[in-house]
Parts: sequence; structure tokens; C-alpha cells
Amino acid sequence: MNTGKLHEFVEKLKAENAVWVADVKDARGEVTVTVPRESIAQVCRVLKTEYAFDMLADVCGADRGPEEEPRFEVNYHLFSTVHHSRLRLKVLLSEDEPNVPTVVMIWKAADWHERETYDMFGVIFDGHPDLRRILLPSDFDGHALRKDYPLRGYEPYSLT
Amino acid sequence: MGLENTLFESLPDVITVKLDAVVNWARKSSLWPATFGLACCAIEMMNTVSSRNDLSRFGAETFRASPRQADVMIVSGRVSRKMAPALRRIYDQMPEPKWVISMGACATSGGVFDNYAIVQGVDKIVPVDVYIPGCPPRPEMLIHAIMMLQEKVMNESVRDRRDTYETESRQSIVPGTLPVTVGTALEETSKTASTRPYTIASRHEKRRSS
Repeated sequence: MNTGKLHEFVEKLKAENAVWVADVKDARGEVTVTVPRESIAQVCRVLKTEYAFDMLADVCGADRGPEEEPRFEVNYHLFSTVHHSRLRLKVLLSEDEPNVPTVVMIWKAADWHERETYDMFGVIFDGHPDLRRILLPSDFDGHALRKDYPLRGYEPYSLT
Repeated sequence: MGLENTLFESLPDVITVKLDAVVNWARKSSLWPATFGLACCAIEMMNTVSSRNDLSRFGAETFRASPRQADVMIVSGRVSRKMAPALRRIYDQMPEPKWVISMGACATSGGVFDNYAIVQGVDKIVPVDVYIPGCPPRPEMLIHAIMMLQEKVMNESVRDRRDTYETESRQSIVPGTLPVTVGTALEETSKTASTRPYTIASRHEKRRSS
């Protein structure tokens, strides 16, 4: 797939503010832009309003393992219903400070995706209107998709 | 010239019998199951009431969606951590006398899902009377389980079960699945509540096993 159009967007982003684009990867016809944590909301705003990425297809987290630094990543999959192209934004987070600004005010769809990412990885989305668990029970202990979470949980569940 | 006439001729007008025998016979002959289909076992459960297997031959075909009209809860499928408080609440809402059938490997022991999300056996939440192995069990196995339960019902005594309510068994607190939003009254309750708790075991859970 031709990614020339996407690289144009990335170049324009770079021209607008060089800090916004930390790294660009092009693999298997997909373009991934690594964005610093502080500027993710700004970048998303610009991509939505100026480059017509009007749909947030997914927000997901990933744990690279407790020994890695930075340990967590948050991926934003953007799609444009105008020019039919996809772009991935990536934010890298350390274990000590897994905070990232929310993008709920840009795309409403981010609400539940960010809650799921918080639920599974413990990534805190600063400014999220209602950041609580969505899939696991509210009394659940820990974050299930972290690499150091034991498969069977911390203790067996029982009401008796 | 029907069966009634023959009976009248051969039996005396008054017969004496144990109360347990009559009550249990009435109970076992019309078990009303509460549907608790959670996974693929539920498909087999539906099949059990279909024309081929016809559970009504054993008097247990009246599946009810309301726990208040049911006698036996058939837990068919894997019980997730999040479903557990809901399942317990449904069980608590069933009137006495009540029984539980754990259908299939997942409901019985967690099955192949040995992980944090699945409760490792529904007997961690409610007392179970009959376990059915299988993944999923065939309809014949469910019928067999119901017949075993009927046998068990026949051996019970009315004295073991009391319908009088006990105050301590009615205490319940906010279940773990209710969303707790910051700044609401629920937040306060969820703080004061203990970690365990939906209900304290009611008396019949401690009843002697038959």
C-alpha cells in the first residue's frame, strides 16, 4: 500500500512543530508516529481538524514487560472517512508515571477505549471525565493484562 | 371405567402416609428450572426441553426467566468473576425450597479456563446439589442429573428446610459489579462495606447432606 500521502501529513506535522514527531516507522504499509506524551492531545486535535482524521478506531495499551524502559505504550489508531487512510500514534510511558492526557474531548469514542486501557494496564488518562473499570469488576485487584499479573489472579475467588 | 374407578375399588377411602413422602413427591414431580444459560452448555439445556429429548417426561420442562418462580437453578456454562455476584443474587431471590445443578466442566470446576476471569467452580458462590461432567454434557446427562436430583428430593425431610426468613441472611451490600462513581452516595457505601459479602449463608446451606 502506498503510504506517500501519510508521510506528507507527517512532514506537515513536523513543519508545524518539530517536537511533535519523535519517530516515524513505516512497516507493511502502515505508518506509526511516536509522539511525546505531553503533545498527544495537540497532535490529535491537529490531525482531526486539519487532516480529516475524523474517526478514532481504537485506543489500546501494551506492556513490554517489567524489565523494559519505557514499559508501557498506548496506541491510537486513527482513520479518515474522507481520504480513507489509517495512521497510528504511539505514546511511550514509564512504569513510575503511567500518565497520559486524555483525548475524550477530541473524539467521544476515546471514552470507553481509555477506560479499557486503564482497566487492563493501569494507564492513567489525565482529564478523563469518568476513569473507572469497564470490563473487570470494580473490586478487582490489579491490572490483568500487565505482564507481571499472575494468570490465576492474586487469590482464588470465593464467596463462601 | 378409568383408573380412578379401579383405584377406588382397590383402596380404602383413607390412607395414611408420611408427610415427607407426599410433600417430596409433589416437589420432585414439578421442578421448575431457572434458566441460567451462560455458554455453550445452554444450547444443550435448550435441546433437553426440545421435542427429541422432551424434559417434560420428568416434570421439569417449565423453564422460568424469573427466579421467583423457579425451584432449581441450572448453571450451564462458565461463571465469570463479574457474573458471580449477579448469580448469587439470582439464587438469593429464589424461594425455598431450591436446588442447584452445576452443568458442565466450566460451571463445576472452571474447566479449561483456569484464569483470573473465571470462577473456579460455581460451588464457590452457591451450594450445588448435582454436578454434571462433560464439555458440554449431552441432553441425556442433564436428564440423568434431574432424575438424580429427584431422587435426592425424595430423601429430604421437610424439617430440614424452613421457609421462615432469617434476618441475617437478608443483609446485603453493594455488589462488586455496581459502578461506583466518584462523588456519589455509592462511593460512601462502597468504602464502609467489607470485602465479603453479598449474604451470609442461609440455614439450608448448612443442612445435612443427603
